Amino acid sequence: MSILIDEKTPVIIQGFTGDKATFHAREMIAYGTRVVGGVTPGKGGQTHLERPVFNTVKEAVRATGATTSLAFVPPAFAADSLMEAADAGLALVCTITDGIPAQDMMRVKRYLMRYPKDKRTMIVGPNCAGIISAGKAMLGIMPGHIYRRGNVGIVSRSGTLGYEAAAQMNAIGIGQTTSVGIGGDPINGSSFLDHLMLFEQDPETEAVVMIGEIGGPQEAEASKWVMEHMSKPVIGYVAGLTAPRGRRMGHAGAIISTSGDSASEKAETMKAYGLTVAPSASELGSTVAEVLRHLPGRRVTA
Amino acid sequence: MDVHEYQAKELLSGFGVPIQRGSVAYSADQASFMASELGGWHWAVKAQIHSGARGKAGGIKLCRTYHDVQQAAKGMLGKKLVTQQTGPEGKIVQRVYVEVAEKFERELYFGIVLDRKAERVRIIASAEGGMEIEELAKTAPQSILQVIVEPAVGLQPFQARELAFGLGLNIKQVSRAVAAILGAYRAFRSLDASMVEINPLVVTQDDRVIALDAKMSFDDNALFRHPHVAEMRDLSQEDPREAEASQDSLSYVGLTGDIGCIINGAGLAMATMDTIKYAGGSPANFLDVGGGASPERVAKAFKLVLSDANVKAILVNIFAGINRCDWVAQGVVQAVRDIGIKVPLVVRLAGTNETEGRRIIQDSGLPIISADTLADAAQKSVAAASAA
Repeated sequence: MSILIDEKTPVIIQGFTGDKATFHAREMIAYGTRVVGGVTPGKGGQTHLERPVFNTVKEAVRATGATTSLAFVPPAFAADSLMEAADAGLALVCTITDGIPAQDMMRVKRYLMRYPKDKRTMIVGPNCAGIISAGKAMLGIMPGHIYRRGNVGIVSRSGTLGYEAAAQMNAIGIGQTTSVGIGGDPINGSSFLDHLMLFEQDPETEAVVMIGEIGGPQEAEASKWVMEHMSKPVIGYVAGLTAPRGRRMGHAGAIISTSGDSASEKAETMKAYGLTVAPSASELGSTVAEVLRHLPGRRVTA
Repeated sequence: MDVHEYQAKELLSGFGVPIQRGSVAYSADQASFMASELGGWHWAVKAQIHSGARGKAGGIKLCRTYHDVQQAAKGMLGKKLVTQQTGPEGKIVQRVYVEVAEKFERELYFGIVLDRKAERVRIIASAEGGMEIEELAKTAPQSILQVIVEPAVGLQPFQARELAFGLGLNIKQVSRAVAAILGAYRAFRSLDASMVEINPLVVTQDDRVIALDAKMSFDDNALFRHPHVAEMRDLSQEDPREAEASQDSLSYVGLTGDIGCIINGAGLAMATMDTIKYAGGSPANFLDVGGGASPERVAKAFKLVLSDANVKAILVNIFAGINRCDWVAQGVVQAVRDIGIKVPLVVRLAGTNETEGRRIIQDSGLPIISADTLADAAQKSVAAASAA
């Protein structure tokens, strides 16, 4: 098992025929992802990477039975593409796009509310590296080969820091179920909490690494839920201890603007809710190993 | 992106928020001329820098004569103004705003922000104007009124009315405040602002409601659809290195330490800075070279980091996803040869083609210190910086 995607998940790519989308679609197909087609308005009826291209998401869904999409759409049109995907009834849309206006995302989130909760599309991203279920399927731009199958879930705001966590874990023989990038924007499609809930239900996942950063209330909200509802251990880390207040650190959402936004406050909150916090980014792997060693009924070689 | 007070007022006024008559001036003579053009008996001369708390720092002067206006402007223009918000380095005043001054009865606080928790727009008001909102939240939290705006329909008049009555305004003032509040919200929404702050919003003796000060920040990601706002950017108010970096679409933030950082990805960049600190050192900057990390970008990044005289060592930490380590390694080697880097350089490459990348660094014959892991990279750069 894994969360969100596996080798059976039928995937379409929005903005399919663009250069970047083509490059990453090839990588995704090579990894084993079931890419069944794509959407580029005006190019419907063509074939791209031996797969059909459609004008609208609805047509693509009707013809292919896709349940999931990866949106490679420029910032100005990204919100529109997310709402189109939601309206076509897709269960999951992942968007890599960096630079979507925050108020556009606010309206997208509001638009999703028109669907009942059980039929509501989950959006992952924007401004993220995507989702990978190790050895099964990849929906994004990450280097697939750095992940290996195992029992730890990763959910991270940052892409490259998620890779770093996976690499450190691999180096000591710990693999992953699924790694999800929720993105560095101020308003995310889905939150840490949304994915922790899925990892909690996934029988293969034994522990989860949650990698936060400065800015926003998400880490605190998720940590509270961990204490109240989660049976599996969560290892936390928050980047940006050395970040000055009021400065935006690369990501649109990485800025300390109010109390609770700083890395040290977030790490303290995580600890207060019972999470194990890695003392440094260089000790993500060893902290996971330490937590797994204490799981009942488990022997870890580390 | 931030704008000056006079720019924020110009924008807000376009959406029906009442402001005083005023004009920007770039010289002392222009300032006194503007005062005579504006008319009135008293004028405020206000230093235009991207910072609040200007009044306490001497950046706002009340003047009774044209000569006073001229002298006040002369005293500000070209000088450095240090406020509680600028940090000790302060900001240079290059423009002043001359505004007609009149008596007012009350000072209120009014603000609009994007609330990340509610994922909605939040409007904040208080009868205790003139103070910083953070201070207000501590000293008089009960005075803070708030409404959350439903994005599908926008701010409704009843919500603005609730705020206005909550501020204790009389009926004549309420209708004017409602117009100002709705106008400020429309400006926030239509211009993709991330923050509007009118502090103080004043009530005059004849029941008018006026934005006496105004601050606006804009969502950088939305500037593409507001070119007239993007044009208001004043590079002189930004750190010169950060401004230069943003021209090359690199993301750079200067800090006070001595280890220069060149990293791909914002999260990894922050984590690397933290790891340097954990290893006993101090980072000189945040720098995300982005996913591409092409040789040209790497060279630009080196130049940028080296323009900080405090830098005693450089740490390059690249986790290659889309790009390949061998390619990044070639860029690093080329940059070191072209620029002639005199401080110790630690390079850690991980991800796609890392073995090839490391070989290129090794075979270059350059004095580059290679590191295997994040911890190793941080320790080696701290050691190199303290030995330098």
